[in-house]
Amino acid sequence: MKQITKWLSVVAILAMTCAVSQAANIVVKGSDTMVILAQKWAETYMQKHSDAKIQVAGGGSGVGFAALQQQTVDIANASRKIKATEIETCIKTFGKRPTEYKVALDGLSVYVNAVNSIKELSIDQLAGVFTGKIKNWKELGGADAPIMVYSRENSSGTYEFFKENVLKGRDFAANAQPMQGTAALLQSVAKDKNAIGYGGAAYGAGAKHLAIKKDDSSAAIEPTEETIVSGKYPIWRYLFVYVNPTLDKGQIAHYLNWIRSDEGQSVVKNVGYFPLPKNLRE
Amino acid sequence: MSFKTPNTARRTEGWMGLKRGHRARPLEWMIEQLIQFVSYSAIIMVFLIFVFVTREALPILLGQMDSAAVRPSLSMDEAMKLPEADLRKYLNMTQSEFAKADAESIKMLVELRIESSATETTDKDAKLNTTQWSHLLGPYQWSGYTQPEYIWQPVGTIHKYNIVPLLVGSLKVSFIALAFALPLALGAAIYVSQLANPRIKEWLKPAIELLAGLPSVVLGFFAMLVMATFLQNVFGYTTRLNAFLAGIALGLAVIPLVFSIAEDALTSVPRSYTQAALALGSSRWQAAYQIVLPAALPGVFAAAVLGFGRALGETMIVLMTSSASIISWNIFDSARPITASIAAELAEAVFGGHHYRILFMLGALLFTVTFLLNLIGDVVVHRLKRRLEGKA
Repeated sequence: MKQITKWLSVVAILAMTCAVSQAANIVVKGSDTMVILAQKWAETYMQKHSDAKIQVAGGGSGVGFAALQQQTVDIANASRKIKATEIETCIKTFGKRPTEYKVALDGLSVYVNAVNSIKELSIDQLAGVFTGKIKNWKELGGADAPIMVYSRENSSGTYEFFKENVLKGRDFAANAQPMQGTAALLQSVAKDKNAIGYGGAAYGAGAKHLAIKKDDSSAAIEPTEETIVSGKYPIWRYLFVYVNPTLDKGQIAHYLNWIRSDEGQSVVKNVGYFPLPKNLRE
Repeated sequence: MSFKTPNTARRTEGWMGLKRGHRARPLEWMIEQLIQFVSYSAIIMVFLIFVFVTREALPILLGQMDSAAVRPSLSMDEAMKLPEADLRKYLNMTQSEFAKADAESIKMLVELRIESSATETTDKDAKLNTTQWSHLLGPYQWSGYTQPEYIWQPVGTIHKYNIVPLLVGSLKVSFIALAFALPLALGAAIYVSQLANPRIKEWLKPAIELLAGLPSVVLGFFAMLVMATFLQNVFGYTTRLNAFLAGIALGLAVIPLVFSIAEDALTSVPRSYTQAALALGSSRWQAAYQIVLPAALPGVFAAAVLGFGRALGETMIVLMTSSASIISWNIFDSARPITASIAAELAEAVFGGHHYRILFMLGALLFTVTFLLNLIGDVVVHRLKRRLEGKA
């Protein structure tokens, strides 16, 4: 008898350690670009509302959408717009289109090495450089040296955005070096004097940000908070969250509203993105 | 002398089928069962993983996916007039999904299709199904290109899924790694097993094998920041992160494995071979090089094969040191191995979509190739051991 009780207690202890408590009542998953932002939002919100528990995870925008479709998360973060095929799977599983909220702005800078004499480029010139048509800095008025193109992995929302909006859908040059993250890309640009790369406007220690011309006749605009939020700087994008409309009520709706309030938007700047203009916050 | 169990000590079937001896120590019995289960489950797990990977890749292998950017779209009236089976096919739904969907969702799906067709491109390649085998393996002249090319650019309006650049990348980097690792590891193995005096051998062998414990991410990090600059200064090539750098870093990861197996094979050559050679007047070096090495040659071959398998499957190092997907056999150009592609792209691929399935197909391919390489290596090593022990 004693033995059996001993056994039972062993089993009970094992069972208790195995059962991981799922205390969070809002689960957020998605874009790696937005993980830090989403965590900051969750922390700040939980300090104000002690009854709320928010759990944030990364994995990528695609992972977030997959989880949203499988209904294992409440909110999906995305640094790109949802694709038609992803909306389709959502309708097939829960019969609704996910609701889209714009939650922040992100400006993209083009970086070159600090010693590079080039200060500004037009969107057309950028497209030429990144598709591999322009191969030497001489063609842009710089030194006679080959251009080393640094890009991002094709899983990155930044990559896709840049390809659609700057390259106009054309392919990146095959020899463009894909880097794992903006920090790694900046490292390389800072070390390689013939390098060019792109990434978040708020990053950029160690490299020079180029001023960008929308076309050959327009003025070159520096990427600053003012020019990005006003839309003067030509390379910027929205960051999104998506939610299943049937869940968009109570605490979740309150949280999503808070994110887009002045208080939520003040967090955005601390992590390197830009707040939404006032007219987009409702 | 033999013992006979006295009848009085006969074992009895006890509680829950436990033997008497076990009944006194149920915890030990449980642990034994658990360990047995774990060792079997390892085999089952490998098999299940393979089944899972292949299942995810199956639609590509069978050519059932369609990645065309432009899909035919019907107006609401046209779609609603379709017979049920055709409507289901048009909306790309399974039987159960279709049965579950209400009229509202069907309407939404039809609307969505009309919506997405309005924003589609007029690119001449937009109607192509790029997941066909001809596009996965053969070159094609895409719009905007002047000649047929092999292109891996899975993200964009037109999904370009040619896997040839990835195959070339994997092979190129692995061969460089092996070319770097094999001579070093083999040299070290000959030295340690045949020439070194026992006191040096005692610390040298574990020291080389210690390299295997180096986390590959640390090695990758080191290669990306330190070795990249150093090698570029020495060789003066233009692309900082390239297949050569990846191969050297990968070689460091492969050396301990190759060394370990080669050393094992050399040591298993009977001492009598060396002694006979020495007795006939050969030097220690001659005995090692002309007698022991040829006898252990299959083992060295196995070490190379296993090392190659390890290099093919290694991910973190190549991901951090080289990844532009160009086809070029120049070792100072970049390369994008299969593993790097899978690791970097899977997270953002649409779940269950064509990109996702192609990555799984590449995974299944990698699994099969490394499995076969490991099998060949193991069989060769076993046969060599049996032969040297005089059993075959």
